[in-house]
Amino acid sequence: MEAMTLLQWAFDTVLAVTLMWVAWKALASEDLFKGIALFIAFGLLMALVWVRLEAPDIALAEAAIGAGLTGALLLAALAKLESGSKDSQPLQVAMLVKATTNTVNKQILFRWLLVLLLSVLVAGLSYVVLSLPLQAIGLSETVMENLEASGVSNPVTAVLLNFRGYDTLLELAVLLLALLGVWSLSNLPEQHESAPSKVLDMLTRLLVPLLILVSGYLLWTGAHAPGGAFQAGSVLAAAGVLLLLAGWRLEARFAGLFLRITLVLGLAMFVTVAIVVQLAGLRLLEFPLSIAGTLILLIEVAATLSIGMTLAALFFGRRPRTDQADAGTNK
Amino acid sequence: MLARINDVHGCTKFAGAGKAEAMNTAFFYALTGVGLFTLGLYSLIVYTHLLRKILAINVMGSGVFLIIVALAARTQTLPDPIPHAMVITGIVVAVSATALALALMLRFRDISGRVELAEESLE
Repeated sequence: MEAMTLLQWAFDTVLAVTLMWVAWKALASEDLFKGIALFIAFGLLMALVWVRLEAPDIALAEAAIGAGLTGALLLAALAKLESGSKDSQPLQVAMLVKATTNTVNKQILFRWLLVLLLSVLVAGLSYVVLSLPLQAIGLSETVMENLEASGVSNPVTAVLLNFRGYDTLLELAVLLLALLGVWSLSNLPEQHESAPSKVLDMLTRLLVPLLILVSGYLLWTGAHAPGGAFQAGSVLAAAGVLLLLAGWRLEARFAGLFLRITLVLGLAMFVTVAIVVQLAGLRLLEFPLSIAGTLILLIEVAATLSIGMTLAALFFGRRPRTDQADAGTNK
Repeated sequence: MLARINDVHGCTKFAGAGKAEAMNTAFFYALTGVGLFTLGLYSLIVYTHLLRKILAINVMGSGVFLIIVALAARTQTLPDPIPHAMVITGIVVAVSATALALALMLRFRDISGRVELAEESLE
Protein backbone atom coordinates (compact mmCIF):
# COMPACT_ATOMS: atom_id res chain seq x y z
CA MET A 1 0.00 0.00 0.00
CA GLU A 2 2.74 2.41 1.10
CA ALA A 3 5.07 1.30 -1.66
CA MET A 4 2.43 2.05 -4.29
CA THR A 5 1.98 5.63 -3.08
CA LEU A 6 5.73 6.10 -2.88
CA LEU A 7 6.13 4.79 -6.42
CA GLN A 8 3.49 7.18 -7.73
CA TRP A 9 5.12 10.12 -5.99
CA ALA A 10 8.49 9.10 -7.40
CA PHE A 11 6.95 8.89 -10.88
CA ASP A 12 5.25 12.29 -10.52
CA THR A 13 8.43 13.94 -9.27
CA VAL A 14 10.62 12.46 -12.00
CA LEU A 15 8.05 13.44 -14.65
CA ALA A 16 7.68 17.02 -13.38
CA VAL A 17 11.43 17.56 -13.05
CA THR A 18 12.08 16.10 -16.52
CA LEU A 19 9.31 18.27 -17.95
CA MET A 20 10.81 21.46 -16.53
CA TRP A 21 14.34 20.44 -17.52
CA VAL A 22 13.39 19.59 -21.11
CA ALA A 23 11.38 22.83 -21.42
CA TRP A 24 14.36 24.82 -20.16
CA LYS A 25 16.81 23.06 -22.51
CA ALA A 26 14.42 23.49 -25.46
CA LEU A 27 14.23 27.24 -24.87
CA ALA A 28 17.85 27.85 -23.91
CA SER A 29 19.76 25.62 -26.33
CA GLU A 30 22.15 27.44 -28.68
CA ASP A 31 21.13 25.31 -31.65
CA LEU A 32 17.57 26.00 -32.78
CA PHE A 33 17.20 22.55 -34.36
CA LYS A 34 18.10 20.95 -31.06
CA GLY A 35 15.65 23.28 -29.33
CA ILE A 36 12.82 22.17 -31.60
CA ALA A 37 13.68 18.48 -31.20
CA LEU A 38 13.57 18.96 -27.42
CA PHE A 39 10.28 20.85 -27.76
CA ILE A 40 8.78 17.79 -29.50
CA ALA A 41 10.05 15.65 -26.62
CA PHE A 42 8.43 18.17 -24.26
CA GLY A 43 5.10 17.65 -26.05
CA LEU A 44 5.33 13.89 -25.59
CA LEU A 45 6.12 14.32 -21.90
CA MET A 46 3.07 16.56 -21.63
CA ALA A 47 1.01 13.72 -23.14
CA LEU A 48 2.30 11.47 -20.31
CA VAL A 49 1.22 14.09 -17.78
CA TRP A 50 -2.26 14.19 -19.31
CA VAL A 51 -2.55 10.41 -18.93
CA ARG A 52 -1.44 10.73 -15.32
CA LEU A 53 -4.15 13.35 -14.74
CA GLU A 54 -6.73 10.98 -16.27
CA ALA A 55 -7.26 13.07 -19.37
CA PRO A 56 -6.72 10.55 -22.21
CA ASP A 57 -8.59 12.74 -24.74
CA ILE A 58 -6.10 15.55 -24.18
CA ALA A 59 -3.19 13.11 -24.25
CA LEU A 60 -4.22 11.99 -27.75
CA ALA A 61 -4.64 15.59 -28.93
CA GLU A 62 -1.32 16.64 -27.41
CA ALA A 63 0.65 13.75 -28.91
CA ALA A 64 -0.83 14.31 -32.38
CA ILE A 65 -1.10 18.11 -32.48
CA GLY A 66 1.03 19.53 -29.67
CA ALA A 67 4.07 17.34 -30.29
CA GLY A 68 3.60 16.06 -33.85
CA LEU A 69 2.15 18.84 -35.98
CA THR A 70 3.60 21.78 -34.06
CA GLY A 71 6.99 20.09 -34.33
CA ALA A 72 6.58 19.60 -38.09
CA LEU A 73 5.50 23.24 -38.50
CA LEU A 74 8.48 24.49 -36.48
CA LEU A 75 10.99 22.33 -38.38
CA ALA A 76 9.55 23.45 -41.74
CA ALA A 77 9.79 27.10 -40.68
CA LEU A 78 13.37 26.59 -39.47
CA ALA A 79 14.33 25.04 -42.82
CA LYS A 80 12.85 28.04 -44.69
CA LEU A 81 14.56 30.40 -42.27
CA GLU A 82 17.97 28.85 -42.78
CA SER A 83 17.66 28.57 -46.54
CA GLY A 84 17.29 32.33 -46.86
CA SER A 85 19.11 33.86 -43.92
CA LYS A 86 22.74 33.64 -44.99
CA ASP A 87 22.81 37.34 -45.82
CA SER A 88 21.57 38.32 -42.39
CA GLN A 89 24.56 36.85 -40.55
CA PRO A 90 26.84 39.94 -40.76
CA LEU A 91 24.10 42.07 -39.26
CA GLN A 92 23.92 39.91 -36.15
CA VAL A 93 27.69 39.95 -35.73
CA ALA A 94 27.67 43.75 -36.06
CA MET A 95 25.01 43.96 -33.39
CA LEU A 96 27.06 41.78 -31.07
CA VAL A 97 30.24 43.80 -31.55
CA LYS A 98 28.39 47.01 -30.78
CA ALA A 99 27.46 45.82 -27.32
CA THR A 100 29.76 47.60 -24.91
CA THR A 101 30.61 46.64 -21.35
CA ASN A 102 28.23 49.29 -20.08
CA THR A 103 25.21 47.73 -21.77
CA VAL A 104 26.36 44.26 -20.72
CA ASN A 105 26.32 45.40 -17.08
CA LYS A 106 22.88 46.87 -17.56
CA GLN A 107 21.73 43.63 -19.14
CA ILE A 108 22.87 41.64 -16.13
CA LEU A 109 21.04 44.09 -13.86
CA PHE A 110 17.95 43.76 -16.08
CA ARG A 111 18.07 39.96 -15.87
CA TRP A 112 18.25 39.98 -12.10
CA LEU A 113 15.38 42.42 -11.90
CA LEU A 114 13.39 40.15 -14.22
CA VAL A 115 14.18 37.05 -12.13
CA LEU A 116 13.09 38.94 -9.01
CA LEU A 117 9.80 40.04 -10.58
CA LEU A 118 9.11 36.54 -11.90
CA SER A 119 9.81 35.07 -8.43
CA VAL A 120 7.11 37.39 -7.09
CA LEU A 121 4.82 36.13 -9.87
CA VAL A 122 5.54 32.47 -9.01
CA ALA A 123 4.91 33.14 -5.32
CA GLY A 124 1.64 34.92 -6.10
CA LEU A 125 0.36 32.29 -8.51
CA SER A 126 1.37 29.44 -6.17
CA TYR A 127 -0.44 31.16 -3.31
CA VAL A 128 -3.59 31.46 -5.42
CA VAL A 129 -3.41 27.82 -6.57
CA LEU A 130 -2.81 26.51 -3.04
CA SER A 131 -5.59 28.62 -1.55
CA LEU A 132 -8.16 26.92 -3.78
CA PRO A 133 -10.46 24.41 -2.04
CA LEU A 134 -9.00 20.92 -1.78
CA GLN A 135 -12.02 19.39 -3.42
CA ALA A 136 -14.09 20.81 -6.22
CA ILE A 137 -16.70 18.88 -8.12
CA GLY A 138 -16.93 21.54 -10.82
CA LEU A 139 -19.52 20.70 -13.40
CA SER A 140 -18.72 16.99 -13.64
CA GLU A 141 -21.93 15.93 -11.90
CA THR A 142 -24.04 18.16 -14.13
CA VAL A 143 -22.36 16.64 -17.18
CA MET A 144 -22.90 13.10 -15.90
CA GLU A 145 -26.57 13.76 -15.18
CA ASN A 146 -27.19 15.09 -18.67
CA LEU A 147 -24.91 12.66 -20.51
CA GLU A 148 -27.92 10.55 -21.54
CA ALA A 149 -29.37 13.51 -23.42
CA SER A 150 -26.19 14.28 -25.38
CA GLY A 151 -26.31 11.41 -27.86
CA VAL A 152 -22.78 10.17 -27.00
CA SER A 153 -21.34 8.49 -23.91
CA ASN A 154 -17.83 10.01 -23.84
CA PRO A 155 -18.24 13.05 -21.56
CA VAL A 156 -15.51 15.07 -23.30
CA THR A 157 -17.09 14.58 -26.74
CA ALA A 158 -20.48 15.42 -25.22
CA VAL A 159 -19.07 18.72 -23.90
CA LEU A 160 -17.18 19.52 -27.12
CA LEU A 161 -20.02 18.91 -29.56
CA ASN A 162 -23.19 19.27 -27.57
CA PHE A 163 -23.05 21.11 -24.25
CA ARG A 164 -20.47 23.64 -25.39
CA GLY A 165 -20.80 23.24 -29.16
CA TYR A 166 -20.51 26.99 -29.62
CA ASP A 167 -16.85 26.88 -28.49
CA THR A 168 -16.06 24.18 -31.03
CA LEU A 169 -17.88 26.08 -33.78
CA LEU A 170 -15.74 29.16 -33.13
CA GLU A 171 -12.63 27.02 -32.85
CA LEU A 172 -13.17 25.72 -36.39
CA ALA A 173 -13.48 29.35 -37.47
CA VAL A 174 -10.16 30.18 -35.74
CA LEU A 175 -8.47 27.32 -37.58
CA LEU A 176 -9.78 28.63 -40.90
CA LEU A 177 -8.75 32.21 -40.07
CA ALA A 178 -5.21 31.07 -39.26
CA LEU A 179 -5.00 29.41 -42.67
CA LEU A 180 -6.29 32.57 -44.38
CA GLY A 181 -3.61 34.52 -42.51
CA VAL A 182 -0.86 32.11 -43.57
CA TRP A 183 -2.05 32.13 -47.19
CA SER A 184 -2.13 35.93 -47.26
CA LEU A 185 1.33 36.28 -45.73
CA SER A 186 3.39 33.80 -47.66
CA ASN A 187 4.65 34.78 -51.04
CA LEU A 188 7.57 32.39 -51.01
CA PRO A 189 8.24 30.67 -54.29
CA GLU A 190 8.03 26.89 -54.39
CA GLN A 191 11.36 25.55 -53.26
CA HIS A 192 13.08 22.93 -55.32
CA GLU A 193 13.14 20.08 -52.92
CA SER A 194 15.35 17.09 -53.41
CA ALA A 195 13.60 13.89 -54.39
CA PRO A 196 12.54 11.90 -51.31
CA SER A 197 14.67 8.96 -50.33
CA LYS A 198 13.44 5.44 -51.11
CA VAL A 199 12.90 4.79 -47.39
CA LEU A 200 10.59 7.80 -46.97
CA ASP A 201 8.76 6.89 -50.13
CA MET A 202 8.17 3.29 -48.99
CA LEU A 203 7.25 4.39 -45.47
CA THR A 204 4.73 6.88 -46.80
CA ARG A 205 3.08 4.24 -48.96
CA LEU A 206 2.78 1.98 -45.91
CA LEU A 207 1.79 4.59 -43.35
CA VAL A 208 -0.74 6.75 -45.18
CA PRO A 209 -3.46 4.07 -45.50
CA LEU A 210 -2.80 3.07 -41.88
CA LEU A 211 -3.10 6.69 -40.70
CA ILE A 212 -6.39 7.10 -42.58
CA LEU A 213 -7.66 3.93 -40.90
CA VAL A 214 -6.55 5.14 -37.44
CA SER A 215 -8.21 8.48 -38.13
CA GLY A 216 -11.49 6.79 -38.98
CA TYR A 217 -11.24 4.63 -35.86
CA LEU A 218 -10.57 7.63 -33.59
CA LEU A 219 -13.53 9.45 -35.14
CA TRP A 220 -15.90 6.54 -34.62
CA THR A 221 -14.71 5.61 -31.14
CA GLY A 222 -14.90 9.23 -29.96
CA ALA A 223 -18.60 8.79 -29.23
CA HIS A 224 -17.98 6.44 -26.30
CA ALA A 225 -14.23 6.42 -25.56
CA PRO A 226 -11.25 8.81 -25.81
CA GLY A 227 -10.97 10.13 -29.34
CA GLY A 228 -13.02 12.42 -31.54
CA ALA A 229 -12.90 14.86 -34.41
CA PHE A 230 -9.78 16.78 -33.36
CA GLN A 231 -7.66 13.72 -32.71
CA ALA A 232 -8.90 12.08 -35.91
CA GLY A 233 -8.34 15.27 -37.90
CA SER A 234 -4.78 15.66 -36.67
CA VAL A 235 -3.94 12.05 -37.53
CA LEU A 236 -5.35 12.70 -41.00
CA ALA A 237 -3.20 15.84 -41.17
CA ALA A 238 -0.16 13.75 -40.25
CA ALA A 239 -0.89 11.59 -43.31
CA GLY A 240 -1.05 14.81 -45.36
CA VAL A 241 2.26 16.04 -43.96
CA LEU A 242 3.92 12.71 -44.80
CA LEU A 243 2.56 12.91 -48.36
CA LEU A 244 3.82 16.48 -48.73
CA LEU A 245 7.25 15.49 -47.40
CA ALA A 246 7.41 12.65 -49.90
CA GLY A 247 6.93 15.17 -52.69
CA TRP A 248 3.23 14.60 -53.38
CA ARG A 249 1.29 17.70 -54.41
CA LEU A 250 -2.42 18.27 -54.75
CA GLU A 251 -3.32 18.20 -58.44
CA ALA A 252 -4.01 21.65 -59.84
CA ARG A 253 -7.60 20.81 -60.73
CA PHE A 254 -8.35 19.85 -57.10
CA ALA A 255 -6.45 22.76 -55.55
CA GLY A 256 -9.09 25.35 -56.37
CA LEU A 257 -12.73 24.91 -55.48
CA PHE A 258 -12.41 21.32 -54.24
CA LEU A 259 -9.76 22.24 -51.67
CA ARG A 260 -11.71 25.26 -50.45
CA ILE A 261 -14.92 23.27 -50.07
CA THR A 262 -13.07 20.66 -47.99
CA LEU A 263 -11.52 23.41 -45.85
CA VAL A 264 -14.85 25.03 -44.94
CA LEU A 265 -16.87 21.79 -44.81
CA GLY A 266 -16.62 21.38 -41.02
CA LEU A 267 -17.61 24.95 -40.24
CA ALA A 268 -20.32 24.94 -42.92
CA MET A 269 -21.83 21.70 -41.59
CA PHE A 270 -21.80 23.04 -38.03
CA VAL A 271 -23.47 26.31 -39.07
CA THR A 272 -26.02 24.48 -41.24
CA VAL A 273 -27.00 22.21 -38.35
CA ALA A 274 -27.24 25.25 -36.07
CA ILE A 275 -29.52 27.08 -38.51
CA VAL A 276 -31.73 24.05 -39.25
CA VAL A 277 -32.13 23.37 -35.53
CA GLN A 278 -33.10 27.00 -34.92
CA LEU A 279 -35.58 26.95 -37.80
CA ALA A 280 -37.14 23.90 -36.17
CA GLY A 281 -37.86 26.05 -33.13
CA LEU A 282 -35.08 24.85 -30.81
CA ARG A 283 -32.33 26.96 -29.27
CA LEU A 284 -28.97 27.55 -30.94
CA LEU A 285 -27.10 24.22 -31.29
CA GLU A 286 -29.67 22.37 -29.19
CA PHE A 287 -29.82 18.84 -30.58
CA PRO A 288 -33.06 16.88 -30.20
CA LEU A 289 -32.37 13.69 -28.26
CA SER A 290 -33.57 11.29 -30.94
CA ILE A 291 -31.07 12.45 -33.59
CA ALA A 292 -28.34 14.01 -31.38
CA GLY A 293 -25.93 11.11 -31.96
CA THR A 294 -26.41 11.26 -35.73
CA LEU A 295 -25.99 15.04 -35.84
CA ILE A 296 -22.82 14.85 -33.77
CA LEU A 297 -21.39 12.15 -36.03
CA LEU A 298 -22.30 14.19 -39.13
CA ILE A 299 -20.57 17.31 -37.77
CA GLU A 300 -17.58 15.28 -36.61
CA VAL A 301 -17.04 13.63 -40.01
CA ALA A 302 -17.11 17.02 -41.75
CA ALA A 303 -14.95 18.59 -39.04
CA THR A 304 -12.36 15.76 -39.25
CA LEU A 305 -11.94 16.26 -43.00
CA SER A 306 -11.68 20.04 -42.60
CA ILE A 307 -9.30 19.89 -39.65
CA GLY A 308 -7.06 17.37 -41.43
CA MET A 309 -6.98 19.41 -44.62
CA THR A 310 -6.48 22.75 -42.80
CA LEU A 311 -3.61 21.49 -40.64
CA ALA A 312 -1.89 19.92 -43.66
CA ALA A 313 -2.40 23.19 -45.59
CA LEU A 314 -0.88 25.11 -42.67
CA PHE A 315 2.15 22.84 -42.94
CA PHE A 316 2.35 23.43 -46.70
CA GLY A 317 2.45 27.11 -45.81
CA ARG A 318 1.37 28.75 -49.04
CA ARG A 319 -1.53 28.83 -51.46
CA PRO A 320 -1.32 25.75 -53.66
CA ARG A 321 -1.00 26.25 -57.40
CA THR A 322 -4.32 26.09 -59.22
CA ASP A 323 -5.40 26.05 -62.87
CA GLN A 324 -6.59 29.66 -62.63
CA ALA A 325 -3.32 30.81 -61.08
CA ASP A 326 -1.40 29.17 -63.91
CA ALA A 327 -3.65 30.84 -66.45
CA GLY A 328 -3.12 34.15 -64.67
CA THR A 329 0.67 33.92 -64.85
CA ASN A 330 0.57 32.87 -68.51
CA LYS A 331 -1.32 35.99 -69.60
CA MET B 1 -3.62 3.80 -1.64
CA LEU B 2 -4.84 4.56 -5.10
CA ALA B 3 -7.22 1.77 -5.92
CA ARG B 4 -8.33 2.00 -9.50
CA ILE B 5 -11.71 0.62 -10.36
CA ASN B 6 -12.79 0.11 -13.93
CA ASP B 7 -16.33 1.31 -14.42
CA VAL B 8 -18.66 0.29 -17.21
CA HIS B 9 -17.21 2.75 -19.70
CA GLY B 10 -13.70 1.44 -19.17
CA CYS B 11 -12.70 4.65 -17.43
CA THR B 12 -10.77 4.66 -14.18
CA LYS B 13 -11.66 6.22 -10.89
CA PHE B 14 -9.84 7.14 -7.76
CA ALA B 15 -11.55 5.38 -4.90
CA GLY B 16 -11.80 5.42 -1.15
CA ALA B 17 -8.69 6.27 0.78
CA GLY B 18 -6.91 7.37 -2.40
CA LYS B 19 -8.72 10.73 -2.43
CA ALA B 20 -6.19 12.68 -0.43
CA GLU B 21 -3.29 11.58 -2.63
CA ALA B 22 -5.27 12.38 -5.75
CA MET B 23 -5.81 15.91 -4.42
CA ASN B 24 -2.10 16.28 -3.69
CA THR B 25 -1.25 15.09 -7.19
CA ALA B 26 -3.61 17.72 -8.61
CA PHE B 27 -1.92 20.54 -6.68
CA PHE B 28 1.55 19.17 -7.44
CA TYR B 29 0.90 19.31 -11.20
CA ALA B 30 -0.84 22.71 -10.92
CA LEU B 31 2.35 24.09 -9.33
CA THR B 32 4.42 22.48 -12.12
CA GLY B 33 2.13 24.37 -14.52
CA VAL B 34 2.92 27.63 -12.71
CA GLY B 35 6.62 26.81 -13.10
CA LEU B 36 6.27 26.12 -16.85
CA PHE B 37 4.29 29.33 -17.38
CA THR B 38 6.96 31.39 -15.64
CA LEU B 39 9.80 29.63 -17.48
CA GLY B 40 8.08 30.44 -20.79
CA LEU B 41 7.49 34.06 -19.78
CA TYR B 42 11.16 34.48 -18.78
CA SER B 43 12.33 33.07 -22.13
CA LEU B 44 9.82 35.19 -24.04
CA ILE B 45 11.29 38.34 -22.51
CA VAL B 46 14.98 37.40 -22.52
CA TYR B 47 15.52 35.84 -25.97
CA THR B 48 15.42 38.02 -29.05
CA HIS B 49 15.18 35.30 -31.73
CA LEU B 50 11.59 35.16 -32.98
CA LEU B 51 11.47 31.35 -33.28
CA ARG B 52 12.56 31.08 -29.65
CA LYS B 53 9.82 33.53 -28.66
CA ILE B 54 7.25 31.34 -30.45
CA LEU B 55 8.58 28.27 -28.59
CA ALA B 56 8.37 30.22 -25.34
CA ILE B 57 4.72 31.17 -25.95
CA ASN B 58 3.94 27.50 -26.58
CA VAL B 59 5.58 26.50 -23.29
CA MET B 60 3.56 29.22 -21.50
CA GLY B 61 0.40 27.79 -23.09
CA SER B 62 1.27 24.27 -21.92
CA GLY B 63 1.71 25.66 -18.40
CA VAL B 64 -1.76 27.20 -18.48
CA PHE B 65 -3.31 23.98 -19.81
CA LEU B 66 -1.56 22.01 -17.08
CA ILE B 67 -2.96 24.28 -14.35
CA ILE B 68 -6.51 24.00 -15.76
CA VAL B 69 -6.47 20.21 -16.13
CA ALA B 70 -4.68 19.57 -12.83
CA LEU B 71 -7.31 21.61 -10.97
CA ALA B 72 -10.05 19.69 -12.80
CA ALA B 73 -8.75 16.50 -11.13
CA ARG B 74 -9.87 17.68 -7.67
CA THR B 75 -12.99 15.53 -7.83
CA GLN B 76 -13.58 12.29 -5.96
CA THR B 77 -14.66 10.40 -9.06
CA LEU B 78 -13.85 11.15 -12.71
CA PRO B 79 -12.16 14.50 -13.44
CA ASP B 80 -14.36 17.38 -14.62
CA PRO B 81 -14.74 16.94 -18.43
CA ILE B 82 -15.46 20.62 -19.17
CA PRO B 83 -11.89 21.87 -18.57
CA HIS B 84 -10.70 18.85 -20.62
CA ALA B 85 -12.81 19.97 -23.58
CA MET B 86 -11.58 23.54 -23.12
CA VAL B 87 -7.95 22.41 -23.20
CA ILE B 88 -8.48 20.33 -26.38
CA THR B 89 -9.93 23.48 -27.96
CA GLY B 90 -6.95 25.39 -26.58
CA ILE B 91 -4.41 22.98 -28.10
CA VAL B 92 -5.96 23.40 -31.57
CA VAL B 93 -6.07 27.19 -31.20
CA ALA B 94 -2.42 27.11 -30.06
CA VAL B 95 -1.29 25.21 -33.16
CA SER B 96 -3.24 27.65 -35.39
CA ALA B 97 -1.63 30.62 -33.64
CA THR B 98 1.81 29.00 -33.94
CA ALA B 99 1.36 28.46 -37.69
CA LEU B 100 0.30 32.09 -38.15
CA ALA B 101 3.18 33.33 -35.97
CA LEU B 102 5.68 31.30 -38.03
CA ALA B 103 4.27 32.76 -41.27
CA LEU B 104 4.56 36.26 -39.77
CA MET B 105 8.15 35.50 -38.75
CA LEU B 106 9.10 34.36 -42.27
CA ARG B 107 7.45 37.44 -43.74
CA PHE B 108 9.29 39.67 -41.27
CA ARG B 109 12.55 38.03 -42.32
CA ASP B 110 11.74 38.65 -46.01
CA ILE B 111 11.07 42.33 -45.41
CA SER B 112 13.71 43.22 -42.85
CA GLY B 113 16.36 40.53 -43.39
CA ARG B 114 16.43 39.84 -39.66
CA VAL B 115 15.03 37.03 -37.51
CA GLU B 116 15.67 38.76 -34.22
CA LEU B 117 14.02 41.76 -32.69
CA ALA B 118 16.46 44.63 -32.14
CA GLU B 119 17.75 44.80 -28.57
CA GLU B 120 15.84 47.42 -26.65
CA SER B 121 18.12 50.20 -25.60
CA LEU B 122 18.17 50.18 -21.82
CA GLU B 123 19.02 53.86 -21.56
